[in-house]
Amino acid sequence: MTTRKLDITLAVLLTATLATWGIGEAGAAGVAAMVSMLVLTFVKGRLIALDYMGLRPVRLFWRGMLVGWLVLVLSLIALAYWIGLSA
Amino acid sequence: MDATASQLTRTDKYDEQFQSPPGDLAIWFFILAELLAFAVFFAAYAFARASDVALFNEMQQQVNRNLGALNTVFLITASWCVARAVAAVTQDGAHRLGSRWLLGAIFCGGGFLVVKMFEYSAKFGAGISLSTNTFWMFYLSLTFFHFMHVILGMVILVVLWVQTRKGSYGPDNANGLESGAAYWHMVDLVWIVLFPLVYVMR
Repeated sequence: MTTRKLDITLAVLLTATLATWGIGEAGAAGVAAMVSMLVLTFVKGRLIALDYMGLRPVRLFWRGMLVGWLVLVLSLIALAYWIGLSA
Repeated sequence: MDATASQLTRTDKYDEQFQSPPGDLAIWFFILAELLAFAVFFAAYAFARASDVALFNEMQQQVNRNLGALNTVFLITASWCVARAVAAVTQDGAHRLGSRWLLGAIFCGGGFLVVKMFEYSAKFGAGISLSTNTFWMFYLSLTFFHFMHVILGMVILVVLWVQTRKGSYGPDNANGLESGAAYWHMVDLVWIVLFPLVYVMR
């Protein structure tokens, strides 16, 4: 991992954090806002796992465990949110 | 000559595909166990919210989203510093530069802890406790569980900083540094999910 790539990753993470904060400040609710929030979270989490943790060049098993954890957690949050909408 | 070079490249690619994660393999199993615990916590919060959306939305207005975002910036920046430290040591053998990056990470981690203590102080000052209602029970227990992990992460960062300053790590000997770095990134990864879930989702 080159240092330039690490710097770019930081810039993307900070931008995505600003966007997530913006969703909260706007008081945005509903499916579209939450899908945006969850996609931003997935992008951030995946970058941390692959670039900061250094899992990009390693066995698929380890990348799969970390990215899979992220997908599982975000899917459960999405499911719970959907249940909350219809309750 | 060309054939040999081509063969070497193929071998390198083959090795890369089957590369182990950086650091000690044991830390990765520990990280998976930690992530599993946080996953249960996150799911419990999300489904508890689903059963009382109005309460969670009302109580969420009392959390300080600006401080939550500031803490996200602290943790992301700390992770970047740690990644730069690992790169400095493993790619360039620059242990002094690596130690300075780790000092930057310690500063950012300290910033997170200070901001979080301000948040806790404001909440406790307002009479909020674990027994106030379901939202605050989850908010306090979930964020404090993470807070404890940040403290452990800080201890690890200080140890790594001392060892890196002494030149204990190098391009061929960075197992301890990479293992500690992986733990810190895990703490960051968990907060990346916690912040939108607790501070933003409504």
